[in-house]
Amino acid sequence: MNIREIEIFAARIRLETVRQIGVRGFGHLGGALSVADTLAVLYGGLMRIDPANPGWDKRDKLVMSKGHAGPAVYSALAILGYFPMEWLATLNQPGTRLPSHCDMRLTPGIDMTTGSLGQGVSTAIGLALAQRMDGHGARTYLVVGDGECNEGQVWEGALFARQQKLDNLTMFIDNNGKQLDGTTKEVMDMGDIAAKFAAFGWNVQTIDGGDAAVILQAVNAAHAASGVPSCIVLNTVKGAKVSIIEKIELNHHIQLEGEMRDSAVRECEEALEILLNSKEGA
Amino acid sequence: MAIIYDGTPEKRVYKNIFGETMEAIAASDADVVYLDADVMNSAGTLGFWKRNPRQAINCGIAEANMLGVAAGLSAGGKKPCVHTFGIFATRRCYDQAFISAAYAGNSVRIFGSDPGVVAAFNGGTHMPFEDMALMRAIPDSTVMEISDGAMLTSLMWQVKERQGLTYVRWGRKSYPALYSDDHEFVIGRGQVLRDGSSAAVIACGLMVGEAMAAAALLENEGINLRVVDMFTIKPIDREIVIESARKTGAVVVAENHNTIGGLGDAVADALLEAGVPVKFRKVGVSNRFGSVGPQPYLQEHYGLTAANIVEAVRAII
Repeated sequence: MNIREIEIFAARIRLETVRQIGVRGFGHLGGALSVADTLAVLYGGLMRIDPANPGWDKRDKLVMSKGHAGPAVYSALAILGYFPMEWLATLNQPGTRLPSHCDMRLTPGIDMTTGSLGQGVSTAIGLALAQRMDGHGARTYLVVGDGECNEGQVWEGALFARQQKLDNLTMFIDNNGKQLDGTTKEVMDMGDIAAKFAAFGWNVQTIDGGDAAVILQAVNAAHAASGVPSCIVLNTVKGAKVSIIEKIELNHHIQLEGEMRDSAVRECEEALEILLNSKEGA
Repeated sequence: MAIIYDGTPEKRVYKNIFGETMEAIAASDADVVYLDADVMNSAGTLGFWKRNPRQAINCGIAEANMLGVAAGLSAGGKKPCVHTFGIFATRRCYDQAFISAAYAGNSVRIFGSDPGVVAAFNGGTHMPFEDMALMRAIPDSTVMEISDGAMLTSLMWQVKERQGLTYVRWGRKSYPALYSDDHEFVIGRGQVLRDGSSAAVIACGLMVGEAMAAAALLENEGINLRVVDMFTIKPIDREIVIESARKTGAVVVAENHNTIGGLGDAVADALLEAGVPVKFRKVGVSNRFGSVGPQPYLQEHYGLTAANIVEAVRAII
């Protein structure tokens, strides 16, 4: 995909994520929206994957360690054809293949089960180590929340990945500044996250996590770093690009019903429409 | 295949068997990855790490990360085998074993060393009396305890191919030898070490040798003990439990573990569910924390000796 196509993909991910959560009427919408642009870049051609063969053993892998962003990943996977779009409406319904948090045993295209925060860091490292042993040049991408960085396991993993010189691992920190109970500053101030990972010996970049072109460029720069794992701190907005959600102060897990849901869906549809009508290369 | 028990401890310590076997397993299978949390020198695997850092990885003193890395390696098609002391291999990283490994459907083999009083001079902070209870509670897990060096070798090779989460509890020193080197062990099947009709002692690990010693003590009095080595605590061999109860009408379970949630509870469940009328006693650590001291002292202190088994048998026959 080119940048315009990636941006359209991201807009579709946002729309489908809002619709999905709107069926049940509640869910983890804020932190799903803040990673939509990154998911669009990764699934929009950067990762070596085959939707027709989700178990392909040489594929690149994604670990959504902040597993509550599952609905955004499901939207990307459904759009790519990993499973029928109709599945999206079954989010959290009895017997669904799409639970709140990512489950590799249930959902085609999900590479790791997550939900217990911090654990995805270590499992992603394990995946990347296995890929390095296999020698096919495959990579693992890892998405971690800024609040999630409260967990000690994140830092155990940070030490270990550096010790193992794991340069096929790229970690994104979704630095949206909020966690469940409030802002990260109020609850557990992580200070300068980029400086912390740099001090742990990682190759670190800090970028605008809402700009697909910038994200793509940063990932390519991360790939060029040899002998060290890479960290890309994404400055994002929780609830990004859906104004009614952005405005909610505590938007980690929200009710999404009635007029509010209709308004959020409408805003996403309009944003997609504008992109689709924009001229190629504009 | 023979039972060779004569009460004398094995000359080869299990630490050496563990280190040599793990290296041999890795040499035989490029997908095997051994992970340790900075206690390789205690487990006989330090040389393996130096010789083959591709397949032996030192994770440092960070057990939660180690378990997660093992789970990721499994998802990436590898066969991870993890070792650290039993407390750190279970309590310290329980949620990682539960979620990243078991719940996610990954296959991770956890070798937790120095069960219960075997931790001796490391004391209460290093003394797992509840590790089997924790690991039994994980759905679809396998839980085993090693009673003999030949068993350790055999089960390590078997466990390499085992799916799901497997916990193997083993002591780094040695116990009295029980089995010839060519003995075959079937995971999930108890081993009858001697038959008897007065009572049955179902034991695991350290307590198997104590049960054999108890049987020798009671033999002079005309009391014949059946001794079963129940090295697979989960899934429990219900058949042999029920058979032992029917044959003797009196069952004593002996384990170097808290009496809450271990082998005793597994056997009691099997007996109650089968509705077998039987007298029953547990010999184990009764709801207590660990403490420091020489192993023989600790066995006396917590009631984990042949004499304690004799006393329990006498109480129900």
